Amino acid sequence: MLASIYGAIVLGLLYALMALGVYITFRILDFPDLTVDGSFVTGGAICATMISNGYNPYLATLAGFAGGVIAGICTGLLHTKGKINGLLAGILMMIALYSINIRIMGSPNVSLLNIKTVVSPLLDEKIGVYIAVAGVAVLLIKALLDLFLHTDLGLALRATGDNARMIRSFGANTDRTKILGIGLSNGLVALSGALLAQHGGYTDVNMGVGMIVIGLASVIIGEAIFGMRRVWIATLAVVVGSIVYRIVYALALRVEWFDSSDLKLITAVLVIIALVIPQVRRAMKQKSVARKRTLELLGQSAGKGGRA
Amino acid sequence: MLELTKVSKLFNPGTPNEKIALMDANLKLNPGDFVTVIGSNGAGKSTLMNIISGVLKPDVGEVRIAGEAIHHHPEHARSRWIGRVFQDPMAGTAPRMTIEENLTMAYKRGQRRGFGWGATAKRRAIFREQLQRLGIGLENRMHAKVGLLSGGERQALSLLMSTFTKPQILLLDEHTAALDPARAELITRLTDEIVRDMKLTTLMVTHNMEQAIRLGNRLIMMDKGRIILDIPQEKKADLTVAQLLGEFERISGHQLSDDRIVLG
Repeated sequence: MLASIYGAIVLGLLYALMALGVYITFRILDFPDLTVDGSFVTGGAICATMISNGYNPYLATLAGFAGGVIAGICTGLLHTKGKINGLLAGILMMIALYSINIRIMGSPNVSLLNIKTVVSPLLDEKIGVYIAVAGVAVLLIKALLDLFLHTDLGLALRATGDNARMIRSFGANTDRTKILGIGLSNGLVALSGALLAQHGGYTDVNMGVGMIVIGLASVIIGEAIFGMRRVWIATLAVVVGSIVYRIVYALALRVEWFDSSDLKLITAVLVIIALVIPQVRRAMKQKSVARKRTLELLGQSAGKGGRA
Repeated sequence: MLELTKVSKLFNPGTPNEKIALMDANLKLNPGDFVTVIGSNGAGKSTLMNIISGVLKPDVGEVRIAGEAIHHHPEHARSRWIGRVFQDPMAGTAPRMTIEENLTMAYKRGQRRGFGWGATAKRRAIFREQLQRLGIGLENRMHAKVGLLSGGERQALSLLMSTFTKPQILLLDEHTAALDPARAELITRLTDEIVRDMKLTTLMVTHNMEQAIRLGNRLIMMDKGRIILDIPQEKKADLTVAQLLGEFERISGHQLSDDRIVLG
C-alpha cells in the first residue's frame, strides 16, 4: 500500500513536467493544445532510440526535450501563420506525430531494459532517495519557469493569453509569443515523456493516448487545492496536482470492481466535474448576491419613503 | 509628425455589402497638435484610427510618421511610434496580471523583449511616481490584479500606460465613452493634463461635442469616410456646439446622427 503511494509520488513528479507544459498552453496562453498526446511520445521515442544506440543518456533526454519544442513550434506555425483553428492544428500535429514517432523508433516500441539511463541509478536506490532527487529536479525546472514568466519576454507571453490586443498595441508580436509558448510547453511535455520512458524502461507509440486530459486533470486538481493567485503558486499547484492525481490513480487501481482500463473514463469524468462545478457555483453565487442587493436597495428606498 | 496622404479603405469590396470606410483622406498633424475628431456613425473615425495604428491596412494611400512610411508595418511594429487608448476600458490592460506587470509591459513599448527581469526596483520606482500623477491611489496597489479595478481606474491606468513612455503619436479612440459621467470627467481632465505636460501629438475621437471644442487645438469633422472640415485653433476658441452642428449640416447636407452623441 505505502509502496504504491511512494511509487505514485515518483510518477507524479515525472508527469508534473508534462502538466506544467499543459498549464502553459491551457492556462497561460488560453490555447487548448492537443499536440501533447503526440509530443509526449516524441520525447520518449527520441530519448529511448538514442540511448539504445549508445548515446549519452543526458544528451538523449535533452534531445527529447528539443524534439518536443520543434513539434510545438510546428503546431504554433499551423495556428498562427496557417490560420488553422487551434484545436485542429493540435489534432493534425498529434496524428502526424504518430507516424513520425514510429519512424524515429523504427518500430512501434523500443525497450531500454538493462541499459544505463539518467534514471537507472535511482531505480536501484531507496525510493526516498528517488523522490528527493526527482523532487529537487522538478522544483528546479518549475523555478526556472517562474523566473522566465517574470522576464520582459515572459510577461509578453502571459499577456498574449490574457489580452492579445493590448500587448500587440505595446509592440509584442503575438504570433511569435504564441509559437514560443506552445514550443516551450511541448518541450516540457516531451522531457516528461523522455524521463518516463527511462523510468519504465520502454517507449511505446501509444503511451501518449489521453495525456492531454491527464495534464488538464493535474492542473485542475492543483487549482482546486492551491488556487492560482500568483505564478509561483500556480506552478506549485500544478506539480502538487500531478502528484495527487497519481496517488488517486494508484488508490483507484486497488478498488476491486475497477478495471485499469476504466481509469481514462474516471479521469475524463473528474475533469468534466472540475470544469462544470466552478461555473455552476459562480452562477448560483451571482444570483444570490443580486437577490440580496436588490432586497437591500428595496429596503433603502422603502426606508426613505417612510421618513418622508 | 503624422501625415496621411490619399488614404482609402473599402470594407467587403466587390460584394453587395461594399462600404466606403475611408475615401481619399488627407491629414497632417504638426508636432504638438492635439486634434479632436467628430462625425456621425460610420463616418470612418474608427477606421482612421485603425489605419494609423496598423489594425487595418489602407487599400490606397500612405501613412507617414516623422517622414517614415509606415503603412506596410504590422500593428506591433508601429507601437514604436504610437500609443493608443481604446474605447473599452477592459481593452488596454491585462486583467490577470498586476498593475506593476502591466506597467512593465507598457514600459517596453516598441522595444525588443528579452530575458531581462521585468519589474525591477528601478522601474517600480518610476511606476510609483507615475501612478501618483493619476491621484487615485493606484500607487499603493501595485501588486493588485488589474481585473480588480473599476472601469474608470482601468482606463486611467491605460491612459498612463500609453503615454508615460512619450509616444510620438497618441491615439484616443472615444476613450471616455464607456464610462459614467464622473469617471469620464476624471479621464478627460487627466488626458488634458498629460497631453499638455508632455506635448504629445494627439488624435482624439470623441462623441462629446463640448469636449471636442474644449480640448485640443484643432477639430476635424468626418462624414461618410471623408474629412469634411478642419477647424484651426483661432476659429475653434469661440465655437459653440450649436454652430458646430450647424456647420456639419451645411457641409454634409444632413444632421449629425450618432446614437451616443453628447452635446455637452
